[in-house]
Amino acid sequence: MRFVAVVKEDCPTCRLAVPALAEMRAAGLDLEVITQDIPEFPRGLNPRHDDELLESHKLKIEIVPTVIAFDQTMEISRVYGWNKNDWREITGIDNLGNSMPENMPGCGALNVAPGAAERLALKAGEILLTSRAIEVDDDNDPMEVAFDRGWTDGLPVTPPTDLRVARMLAGTTRKADEIIGLIPPNLVPCTVEKAAVNAVMAGCRPEYFPVLLGAMKAALEPEFAMHGLLCTLAFSGPLILVNGPISRRIGMNSGGNALGQGNRANATIGRAFQLIIRNVGGGRPQEIDRACLGQPGKYTFCFAEDEGDEDWIPLAQARGVNSGTSAVTLFHADGVTGFVDQKSRTAEELCESMAMQLWSVNHPRLARWGNAILVISPNHYEIFRKDGWGRAEIEDGLYKALKRPTSEILEGAGHPLGITPAQAEKYSDSNGMIDKFHPGGLLVVRAGGPGALMSAIIGGWTGGRNNAEVRPVTRALEEY
Amino acid sequence: MRDPTAESASSLRERRPPPPNLSGKTVGLLSISKERSDEFMDALEPLIQAAGVKTIRFKKPTHTKPAPEAILQDIVESCDIVVEALAD
Repeated sequence: MRFVAVVKEDCPTCRLAVPALAEMRAAGLDLEVITQDIPEFPRGLNPRHDDELLESHKLKIEIVPTVIAFDQTMEISRVYGWNKNDWREITGIDNLGNSMPENMPGCGALNVAPGAAERLALKAGEILLTSRAIEVDDDNDPMEVAFDRGWTDGLPVTPPTDLRVARMLAGTTRKADEIIGLIPPNLVPCTVEKAAVNAVMAGCRPEYFPVLLGAMKAALEPEFAMHGLLCTLAFSGPLILVNGPISRRIGMNSGGNALGQGNRANATIGRAFQLIIRNVGGGRPQEIDRACLGQPGKYTFCFAEDEGDEDWIPLAQARGVNSGTSAVTLFHADGVTGFVDQKSRTAEELCESMAMQLWSVNHPRLARWGNAILVISPNHYEIFRKDGWGRAEIEDGLYKALKRPTSEILEGAGHPLGITPAQAEKYSDSNGMIDKFHPGGLLVVRAGGPGALMSAIIGGWTGGRNNAEVRPVTRALEEY
Repeated sequence: MRDPTAESASSLRERRPPPPNLSGKTVGLLSISKERSDEFMDALEPLIQAAGVKTIRFKKPTHTKPAPEAILQDIVESCDIVVEALAD
């Protein structure tokens, strides 16, 4: 039998236990003492310094002091902290620590201190990254190397070091070598590890990673048509809307400036996805991304819905996800248009007013083209709420207000631009009216801060005109 | 640092030389399903046929997604030349 004791000087229990360790030595036991911090602690017991903490990691030490009994190389038992009876049992010394107290809990070991786990797992070879390693010498700045290699969206990225990637991988239950899907345009299989490398570069925290993985999965559903979206001539890019408890757990912004800058989760999740399209898929502007103008939301476009009013049915629930389950909705987004109405005082007035502006999505003389998101701010929502309107009433009101006589917007009827006779034939109802949006094409959500009677309209991609092939996608996040 | 890319490189393939003439050839006309690409094909097809050349029309289900494998295979098997029309 031999014994290994792991201690640190910065632990009152370890200092307390020193006489007992000395008694073990005096009794002739084969005892090795390993110290995590001060190399010469405990004096006189000839300790070995585990300066890299690798040995402690391999021994799976969580608490100090820990005493482990081995038969040759096989562990027989271990004790943590100071407990007189436990120590006497493991050492077989009946009068061990006679003058010492009965019990004193130990302290946290340094090898399990926050941040240490992934560093040690990498060092121990327990995490093996397979992405190509790029060496950057001291004379080069990793951020500049990232630019030079074409990895960035124009803004600086966080250098994806092994440690950062390993920590990102700790944010998911998925294995690093699992394939998430084929990333367009080049249809490249993307592993969880590759996604993690890009998430690091975007500035994500590991707890955001499940949202990113879920968003990737949703965006790769055939009906989202990510290939067409990334190479379109139009403005659009992928928008990620987050619903459910995870949005609050990771601190996403659904309040003031929810569509703007300033929140790390909002900013980096959307960015990470676009970096994956760029770096893994190969979708780069002025190459296969043929956008004439683009829009700033193509850097990142991600926000959470305000679910603070329990009378409100969040978008994910309206689209079939169970209440209490986190979800992402992927939408083909053009930019944000402000909707300013400080005069409407009733739900009907406000609804009619919103419909007027929603007709401008893509163009006021186009119908059943792009989809849209209507983001209702708290002050506008209050007008609906006091008139007893919830999601169902608002959606129904907008549906009715968004009908228009087909004859008004036929091409050539007052202007060359308009819907074609074929579209008119296909979409007109028996009263000669046409809907602005395809069924399910207008997504209503709540977000924003109080203070003004303003809401937002996020217009959708022209590719949405083919709603049999191109639709927003909502998926639950529970698997990630 | 770890490489965030696909770690692959594009291969550049030589373009096949055009046939010396269209005699006995079949021309595939592939519409990507954008508005008015049919209109373009409708204008082009009689000109090709007038030269005594056979044409076959193809159409992607949507311009927002790559052409299905079956359509590409069909073109490869039945045509010598293909004209792809975008339009808007």
